[in-house]
Amino acid sequence: MGYVGIVLISHSEKVACGIKDIIRQVIQDVPVEVAGGTDDGKIGTSMDRISAAIECADQNKGILLFYDLGSAKMNAELAIEMSEKENIKLAEAPLLEGSYVGAVESSMGKSIAEIIDTLNKNF
Amino acid sequence: MSFTVEKAIKWLEKINEKIQENKQYLTKLDQPIGDGDHGINMARGFQEVVTIVNEKEYDTVSDVMKATAMTVMSKVGGASGPLYGTAFLKMSLAFKEKEVIDDATFIHGLEEALNGIKQRGRAIHGEKTLVDVWEPVVNKLKQENNFQADLILNTAKAAMEKTKETMATKGRAAYFKENSIGHIDPGSASSFYLFEALAEVLEEEK
Repeated sequence: MGYVGIVLISHSEKVACGIKDIIRQVIQDVPVEVAGGTDDGKIGTSMDRISAAIECADQNKGILLFYDLGSAKMNAELAIEMSEKENIKLAEAPLLEGSYVGAVESSMGKSIAEIIDTLNKNF
Repeated sequence: MSFTVEKAIKWLEKINEKIQENKQYLTKLDQPIGDGDHGINMARGFQEVVTIVNEKEYDTVSDVMKATAMTVMSKVGGASGPLYGTAFLKMSLAFKEKEVIDDATFIHGLEEALNGIKQRGRAIHGEKTLVDVWEPVVNKLKQENNFQADLILNTAKAAMEKTKETMATKGRAAYFKENSIGHIDPGSASSFYLFEALAEVLEEEK
């Protein structure tokens, strides 16, 4: 049985990895993938990195994408449109707090719809 | 006019030339109200576009636009990657299965591109974004129903310059509120180069 996957999209790879560390201190089983920075390791977001993270986070239970500033959202939406997978959703919640709540919920075996519901109530 | 694969590649090459020449300028525009990477991002992306469209044989303009879209999306980065990427993707779709791309088809393609940009960025005219250049150009072309080089050039130039007086209400420049006034919008400047390049391709045809 799989979990809802979490993808962390940030302009900074360090930010994305740091948030993953925070989540991993508590939650080990849920797939948490990072898409931080540009392809050449600079500040920015990359559709390719987001697409790759979506692939890795997929356990057939849906994937939730959390993002930070500006272009992160547009690149995330593009990656969703380009993906063949269904059930990829963009979470409208703060990157750190939102993804933390999302990971906890996912670890409890919640569905993607239930997690989004919780996020909407909390943020 | 009939827009051919050859002209499409010429257009992209000219866009790239202008972006490379004005890389510093675009970055300078982006520094006070953005993250200062517009010139670098666009230069990297369009250089790659020119490489890709020259590397392979393309049968249709639609295929050239699609290859451009995919490259721009993955190589440009920033907000410009998804926005310009979407624009070229919409053009690719509009030109699909068209044997000949005449004026009306091309204008329709530009209109679809504009709609794509607006949808992707959830932007409307007057928010100090590239929509401020695309929309007046598309409207002018539709209204005149005439695909003329100087019409495109003059409309794009005036529209770009107007963004200087506009306060940003969309994008990261919006965080600067009234301090965003007095600067030309970097995305509008790069969009101007795109239309200037198009005008030159049309001019050469004469």
